[in-house]
Amino acid sequence: MLKLSNISYDIPDREGILKDINMEIGSGEMVVVTGPNGGGKTSLIRAIAGVIRPSLGEIWLDDTDLTELGITERANAGVAYSFQNPVRFKGFRVRDLIRIAAKRRLNDQEICQVLSRVGLCARSYIDREVDAGLSGGELKRIEIATVLMRKVKLYLFDEPEAGIDLWSFGHLVEIFSELRRESDATIIIISHQERIINLADRLAVLADGCLTHFGTRDEILPHLHIRPFSFSCQTDGAE
Amino acid sequence: MDNLPTTPVDLKKVKNILDSLPISATTREILAGLDCHIPDPERTAYNIRENSRCAGRHSTAEIQIVPKTDGKSGVDVYVAAGTVDQSVYIPACISQSGVDEDVYNDFHVGAGARVKIIAGCGIHTHSNEKSRHSGIHNFYLEAGARVIYVEKHLGGGVGRHNVQIDPITHCELAEGSYLEMDTVQIGGVDDSRRLTTGTVGAGASLVVKESLLTELEQRTTTDFNITLAGADSSVELASRSVAKDDSYQEYTSIIVGDNACKGHSACDAILVGRGRVDATPTLRANHPDAQLIHEAAIGKIAGDQIIKLQTLGLTEAEAEQKIIDGFLRTL
Repeated sequence: MLKLSNISYDIPDREGILKDINMEIGSGEMVVVTGPNGGGKTSLIRAIAGVIRPSLGEIWLDDTDLTELGITERANAGVAYSFQNPVRFKGFRVRDLIRIAAKRRLNDQEICQVLSRVGLCARSYIDREVDAGLSGGELKRIEIATVLMRKVKLYLFDEPEAGIDLWSFGHLVEIFSELRRESDATIIIISHQERIINLADRLAVLADGCLTHFGTRDEILPHLHIRPFSFSCQTDGAE
Repeated sequence: MDNLPTTPVDLKKVKNILDSLPISATTREILAGLDCHIPDPERTAYNIRENSRCAGRHSTAEIQIVPKTDGKSGVDVYVAAGTVDQSVYIPACISQSGVDEDVYNDFHVGAGARVKIIAGCGIHTHSNEKSRHSGIHNFYLEAGARVIYVEKHLGGGVGRHNVQIDPITHCELAEGSYLEMDTVQIGGVDDSRRLTTGTVGAGASLVVKESLLTELEQRTTTDFNITLAGADSSVELASRSVAKDDSYQEYTSIIVGDNACKGHSACDAILVGRGRVDATPTLRANHPDAQLIHEAAIGKIAGDQIIKLQTLGLTEAEAEQKIIDGFLRTL
């Protein structure tokens, strides 16, 4: 279980990037976080991964207090984080990145299996550089592959659909559906896509740094359809 | 240089011919670092240099290695036309301090030959006395020849090293020939002045991949001066360097387009600590159909790169090292 208690995040030039966020998400549960741009979604996920440190609050994963742990310690405690914008590495081949994620040397067949899972024609990608030679969509799928291959307690995906073509997106939805079905990990996905939203056990809406809605799809979807961009901290919170 | 071992060696019975040579343990260590492993002497010619002497030499039917006769130290390597899938090893190993040498190695590669040449120098000494090696290599590729040239430079040992390695490489590429140079200098070399010059003929291509790492107070300068003389000639220069601590690197490239040609140089550098890099590219187009491009990028390791690897469980220091290894193609 992931438990966020009173998470707030301020920076010198901007207060209230995250305002008193409280959430409990169970093992095996998938929560999709949505809401308007600039509402704090990415900041929340980065706070959970340890990339930024909340100004206030606590983060617990099962019986481990993550609050004071760095990125590496959180990764080793069972947190996997897929970036919204994949990082390019000049000189890294795809196989290098996959091996780092696996923490062991994988043979070509094993690497192929990892890449096939995200729909890449595997062998032709293994020795390509994780740099300008790959399209944004290809990089995104490799990024997702490095996260999916890790057996962890908590998966964090930041807009996995961004930059993915329509065909690959359908495949991506299947991947998340399978992950939800077969894994007992907690899964948090930031997304604006209805097909991903429809996979969620619960939805969370973040706007203006506040958790404005948090509930089942049936509870939250009507609000999204009626006034998708009108949420604010005045909206009654977790329903 | 030319004292050959007198004991005959049955080349077919050894897995790595270097194991059978009367060389020191330090030299063996250097050879391993230079990726010298010769499992197939029937298809591999070699000249092993140890502390300014020849520790072993072997020619094949198609590749002849002949010592210089003009008083200079070094060898001429003659690759017969049409030779395919054979290799040449010419490493220079220095395990004694105080060596100061210029070594002249010339490679004459016949038409249509396809060979790999592994060179390099390792200096591994145990005192503060300076050691210097300059490998002056000339490549003469005849029409249609294809050569992969791998060169590695290493410095190491105990004590305060004073290692200087100055590789000077010149190439002349005849019509339709191809030379790919993969050069690596990863730490341990206190001072290095690298110079690569060449003339590229019609339809010929030169590819240079250079990887450099300096640390502490080391200094390296690397100069390229390539003339694209023939129609449809091309050159690709790709230099990647990492300057750590208080080290300094200077990159200068000049590509001259004298014909319809394509030239591209890219200098990418990562700064760590107080490392400094100067990059000065020059392009000279003397023909209206010369297409010349230069790219240069110098900066710190991107924070997102480190964070990404941390999210995969690496520490910050491990992530930084992985990024450097990948950047320098040594992962």
